[in-house]
Amino acid sequence: MRTQLLMSALRRSTNTFSSPFATARSFASASSGPERKVAILGAAGGIGQPLSLLMKLNPLVSSLALYDIAGTPGVAADVSHINTRSEVKGYAGEEQLGEALEGSDVIIIPAGVPRKPGMTRDDLFNINAGIVKSLCIAISKYAPNALVNMISNPVNSTVPIAAEVFKKAGTYDEKKLFGVTTLDVVRAKTFYAGKAKVAVEEVNVPVVGGHAGITILPLFSQATPKANLPDEEIKALTKRTQDGGTEVVEAKAGKGSATLSMAYAGAIFADACLKGLNGVPDVVECSYVQSSIIPNLPFFSSKVKLGKNGVEEVLDLGPLSDFERQGLESLKAELKSSIEKGIKCMPKLNT
Amino acid sequence: MQPTLEANQRLARISAHLHPPPPQMDVNSSTLGIGRSNCRAKGGVSGFRVAILGAAGGIGQSLSLLMKINPLVSVLHLYDVVNTPGVTADISHMDTGAVVRGFLGQPQLEDALTGMDLVIIPAGVPRKPGMTRDDLFNINAGIVKTLCEGIAKCCPRAIVNLISNPVNSTVPIAAEVFKKAGTYDPKRLLGVTMLDVVRANTFVAEVLGLDPREVDVPVVGGHAGVTILPLLSQVKPPSSFSTDEVKYLTDRIQNGGTEVVEAKAGAGSATLSMAYAAMKFADACLRGLRGDAGIVTELPFFASKVKLGRNGVEEIYPLGPLNEFERIGLEKAKKELAGSIEKGVSFIKK
Repeated sequence: MRTQLLMSALRRSTNTFSSPFATARSFASASSGPERKVAILGAAGGIGQPLSLLMKLNPLVSSLALYDIAGTPGVAADVSHINTRSEVKGYAGEEQLGEALEGSDVIIIPAGVPRKPGMTRDDLFNINAGIVKSLCIAISKYAPNALVNMISNPVNSTVPIAAEVFKKAGTYDEKKLFGVTTLDVVRAKTFYAGKAKVAVEEVNVPVVGGHAGITILPLFSQATPKANLPDEEIKALTKRTQDGGTEVVEAKAGKGSATLSMAYAGAIFADACLKGLNGVPDVVECSYVQSSIIPNLPFFSSKVKLGKNGVEEVLDLGPLSDFERQGLESLKAELKSSIEKGIKCMPKLNT
Repeated sequence: MQPTLEANQRLARISAHLHPPPPQMDVNSSTLGIGRSNCRAKGGVSGFRVAILGAAGGIGQSLSLLMKINPLVSVLHLYDVVNTPGVTADISHMDTGAVVRGFLGQPQLEDALTGMDLVIIPAGVPRKPGMTRDDLFNINAGIVKTLCEGIAKCCPRAIVNLISNPVNSTVPIAAEVFKKAGTYDPKRLLGVTMLDVVRANTFVAEVLGLDPREVDVPVVGGHAGVTILPLLSQVKPPSSFSTDEVKYLTDRIQNGGTEVVEAKAGAGSATLSMAYAAMKFADACLRGLRGDAGIVTELPFFASKVKLGRNGVEEIYPLGPLNEFERIGLEKAKKELAGSIEKGVSFIKK
């Protein structure tokens, strides 16, 4: 289903771009839906660039703002030549962050440094926490009503950091802050399809919990189409889904972490947000959001229904197998400490 | 440092794609022409086998992403001289039907190419500010020659989409390599000029203030500077332009690539828009192979609209009526193009 959407976007053509002649004639917006601005913070990076490409191809986007501390003029010039609906503008350096953000409906944040072999996502905390904090301060000032899609790792902590920044600014809306866990879902589906020998396009697997190691909990007992895989295989699939990111970090041998598959997943989730904003019914995606599903865990990933104000409903986990119940117990401690690490870091950093 | 058993197992798992099982011999595809591939992807999807040579580069990575999403692709081979294991592991996690395999280094080129229906070549070095596409000739000519020798040997009937610049010369180079090997089929060798069309549609739509989805600009000639000739008199929907608009648009379309090279200030040339254009063109080729009717797009040696079909190029369309400005432009284009073609041909012949 998603593939078809991406492919039909890839086959159509539209674009606007400023030039000396653009003011002479202008047109009412075509039947692609309401005007929607998407801002990508970190657009010149490994994830940011292919993500910018995919968002440029999305017909729901009318305006695309590409922000980074450097490199964005080149990326924007490149992407702006593509004959699709959206107008593209590049913004480089903190002075331009406000303008990049103003009027955004969805803000995607892939900014930050990636893992090297041997690192956990948590090892990125020190650098990425500071980056996320500054970006969120600007968001609370220039685009407080936007949906925020957080990709910067460690997501388990950076989402709570964002929440704290927004609370301090008085702009926090828990329905509008999302940690992007779609890549875990993508991986779970891919690996499951391989083992179950079914077409991957038909697979659905919820993935809950968080976005690191054992906090990633795929619910294969709820996977469709059903495959009755033996326990050993479920265990192996679970481990592979949990270690999927590490698998790519090691294959890249120091050259980075998942960029292309992350861009793909990020584009899928942003598209879901846009559809929700546009009033498309029954848009459901797994995402790491403020949640009361699990006592003592203020943030938790599960299926959420997306609507005009962001999260419309956080869905129940549904029935869990014994193996999954154990997995849920095991992840609680790590997830709780990651959340606390994010919350606690706020007072320490200078405002 | 001693790798642990677990690390070895992990490495074996993630590098399994570097040692694919030998491809099945397919009676249909070997000598009789491109039949529908019998390769079945996970879940039984049928489709085409596509190789990307230069998959780990600036264009190659995004192109790999886009081709992995394309439902017409059942098998995707990613080849490069560095970094393909990482790109392959990354792309292989995407939940779409194509089976992805990575190939690293020249010893693996033949395995990457065997059995392919379509080969896309973005390999090579990009321009830096101040360079023309021709300045890339010396390095990229050698790369294209080697890759084409592999194609002639392993998948002579594949459709070849050549992106490596300078396209005006690398396409003749490819032709000479194939002629030498006795495998040349002009209907199957295409230089990708789609990005010029994409740019033309974008810039013209902006000037016209029209819905860009409705704008179609034919672009003929070649793929460098003045050899790129947009036929604004033939724009659909029929539109008139002031002399200034014609000059602005023609200049901008011809220099679109340079615009990006300069904006990137040494960090490269167009990668994302090139990946998009290449994907659009490859998709058109695959739909032609599938037998879809009415696939019309641009072509090599001399770029013009062509109809794509089951054997590659089915028909080359005449240029249609040209106005005075375009006739003059055509003469300029032909002159430079002739030189570029000659340069490519001589490279192989000497």
